[in-house]
Amino acid sequence: MKIEKGGAPLVIDVAGINKHFGDKHVVKDLSLQVRRGEIFGFLGPNGSGKTTSIRMLCGLLTPDSGSGSCLGLDVLTQSSQIKRQVGYMTQKFSLWDDLTIGENLDFVARMFGMKKRRVVVDRALDELGLTGRRDQLAGTLSGGWKQRLALASCLLHEPQLLLLDEPTAGVDPKARRDFWEEIHRLSAAGITVLVSTHYMDEAERCHRLAYIAYGTLMASGTAAEVVAGQRLQTWEIAGADLQGLGQALRALPGADLVASFGATLHVCGRDGAALEASLTDFLSDRPLTMSRVAPSLEDAFIDLMQGSQDQFKE
Amino acid sequence: MKRFSGFSGFSFSRWLGIMLKEFIQLKRDRLTFGMIVGIPIIQLLLFGFAINSDPKQLPTAVVMADPGPFARAYVAAMQNSDYFRIVGSVDERQADDLLDRSEVQFVVTFAPGFHRDLVRGKSPVLLVEADATDPMATSGAIAVLNHLGAEVFAPDLPGLERPTAAPLELRVHRRYNPEGLTAYHIVPGLLGVILTLTLVLMTGLAMTRERERGTFENLLATPATPVEVMTGKIVPYILIGLIQVTLILAAARWIFDVPMHGSLLLLYAVVLLFICANLLLGITFSSIARNQLQAMQMTFFFFLPSMLLSGFMFPFRGMPQWAQMVGNALPLTHFLVLVRGIMLKGNGIEQLWDHSWPIMLFIAAVLAIGLKTFRKTLD
Repeated sequence: MKIEKGGAPLVIDVAGINKHFGDKHVVKDLSLQVRRGEIFGFLGPNGSGKTTSIRMLCGLLTPDSGSGSCLGLDVLTQSSQIKRQVGYMTQKFSLWDDLTIGENLDFVARMFGMKKRRVVVDRALDELGLTGRRDQLAGTLSGGWKQRLALASCLLHEPQLLLLDEPTAGVDPKARRDFWEEIHRLSAAGITVLVSTHYMDEAERCHRLAYIAYGTLMASGTAAEVVAGQRLQTWEIAGADLQGLGQALRALPGADLVASFGATLHVCGRDGAALEASLTDFLSDRPLTMSRVAPSLEDAFIDLMQGSQDQFKE
Repeated sequence: MKRFSGFSGFSFSRWLGIMLKEFIQLKRDRLTFGMIVGIPIIQLLLFGFAINSDPKQLPTAVVMADPGPFARAYVAAMQNSDYFRIVGSVDERQADDLLDRSEVQFVVTFAPGFHRDLVRGKSPVLLVEADATDPMATSGAIAVLNHLGAEVFAPDLPGLERPTAAPLELRVHRRYNPEGLTAYHIVPGLLGVILTLTLVLMTGLAMTRERERGTFENLLATPATPVEVMTGKIVPYILIGLIQVTLILAAARWIFDVPMHGSLLLLYAVVLLFICANLLLGITFSSIARNQLQAMQMTFFFFLPSMLLSGFMFPFRGMPQWAQMVGNALPLTHFLVLVRGIMLKGNGIEQLWDHSWPIMLFIAAVLAIGLKTFRKTLD
C-alpha cells in the first residue's frame, strides 16, 4: 500500500476515474484518497454520481477509464479480490425479505466462504441483540433494524473497508446516533469507512469529506477545510417577519446565497465588503439586526451545489 | 346543471385525470402495449391461417408388391384427393422405419396378387398403416380412403356386377395407437407443455425478482461468480422439472394407460435436454426483462405459439409451410415427436437424432444470446 507522507496508508487511491451510461457522463475524472481508519464522507446532490462511484470502488462496476487501487488491489482488474475484503451496504435494503434473519446472515457468510459459519453468525446475532428473533423474516423488521442487520451482514467477513451508501436514509434520530457510534467504533478498530450521506450532522462526524456534483469532485478535505475553501462570509439576519425577505436579499449586490434557518436568515457572499455594505444599506430602514457568523458546512455545500448547477447549465 | 363534485360526489375531471394517467402509463410500458396489439394479431394469424384440424398433403409411402395399372390408378387417385402426398415407393422394412421416424403419416401396401384378385372380383386387401399417435391428423384422410376404391375402379371393371360388394377390402392399421385414443397423444404432449410453461416462467421470475427487489446488487457485491449464480439458481428448477415429469409419467401409466414402449432412461435424457433449453430461455428472458411482469409477458409470448404451432393442440402437418417453419424453430415441436416416439413407438437413439439436433441448435442460439445479455455487473 502506498503511504502518503506523514499519514496512514491509503486504502483508496484512485485517479481520473470516468464512467458513462450510454451518452451520460456519470462520473468525471474522479480522484480520491482515503486513509486507513478514516471515516470519509461522500456528499453531493441526488444523481451526482455517488452511488456509481461507490459501486466502482467495490468492483460492481468497471470504470471506463482511469486507474487506482482499493486496498492495494487494482480497481480495474482485481475486482473479485476487492469484493472479498470490502463490505458494501446498498442504499436500498438488499437482504432477502423472504429469508429469516438467521438465514440471511448464514447465506452471506457462505457467499464469502467463511470457515466457522455458525460461530460467526451466532456472534453477529448476539452483537445485534437479535438472537431471539433469528427465525423472524427479515422483511418484517422495522427500518432501523433492517439497517442494523444490513450493517452486520456487511461486517460478517471482517472487511477492511466499509462502503456505506446513504446508510441512514429514513432512519430515526436515535437509531442514526447509535449507527454512527458503531461507525466510530469500527474506525477506531482500524476499519476504513466511506459513507455517503445527505445529512449535515453526519457529514460533520466524518474525519474528511468529499463533495461531488454532476460527476465532478468539487471539494475535499476536513469539514473546516471545505468550509474555508468556499471563502464565504456569512451574516445572520434576525428579527420579526423574515418571510418574503429572501427574494430581495438574493438580489443584493454581493449576496451569493440566502438560506432560512427558522428564526434567522443566512446571507453569504464571497465579496464580504460588498455584501456588508449592501446589507447595511438594505437593513437601515428595517427593524432587523445583522451579525457576522462563521459559515456553516451547509452554507458551503449549498454554495457548492449552486456553483455546480450553474456549471451544469452551461 | 348540477356539478357532481364534493366529498362523496363523482368528479368528471378527477375521473378523466385518472383515466389519462392510466393511458400515459400504458403507453410507457412498451411490452404491455405490444401485448395488447400483438396477442390479438398472433391469435388471429394462428387460428385463422395456421391451424387446420383437417390436414391435407400428408406424406405417404407406398409398398408396391404388385405393380399394375389398377394400383397405379389408385395411388394417383389418392394423390388427387389432396389428402395424401406420395413420397415414394419403398420396401416393407423401410416403410416401418419411415413410420417410426415420423417421416410419413401413412404407408399403403399393395399385396402380391392385388391386380389379379381385383380383376377376378375377389376384393383384395389394401393395407393402410397410419401413424395414429395423433388420431386427429389421420381421421380425415382415412374417411376419404373408404370411398376411393369404388370411385377409382368402377369405370374400369365392367365385369363387376355386384354393386353392393366393394372392389377391395380396406384394412386400416392404426399403428402405435390402435384404439385411436386422444390420451395417447395428449398426455405425452402435456409433458412438454407443462415443462415449457413452468420452467421458462420460474427461471424468468427467479432472476428478475432479485433484480426488482435490489437483492441482485447484494449478490453481485459478494465474491460469487456469474457461473455460480446462474447454475446455482437453475438447479432447483431442473429438479422441479424432473418431479413434474415423473408425476406426469406416473399418471400416464396408471391413470391414462398410455403405453411406454421405449427406454425410460432415454426419455429422461431427452427430458433433460428439453429442460435445459427451457431454462436457458427463461434466464435469457430474465436478463432482458426489467421486472417480473415483463418476464411473465415474454413467457406468454413464447408459450402461445409453442402451444398452437408445435403439434400439441392441432396436427402439425395441417399447417401451412410458414407456420411449420415457425413451429420447427420451437423446441416443443421436436420434443413432442421425441416423447411420442419413445413412449408410443419405442424409438431408440438412432431414430431420435433427427429431432434432437434442432433442440441442441436452439440451446446454442439461446445460450449465445443469453451470454451476451447477461449482466455480470450493473453496467
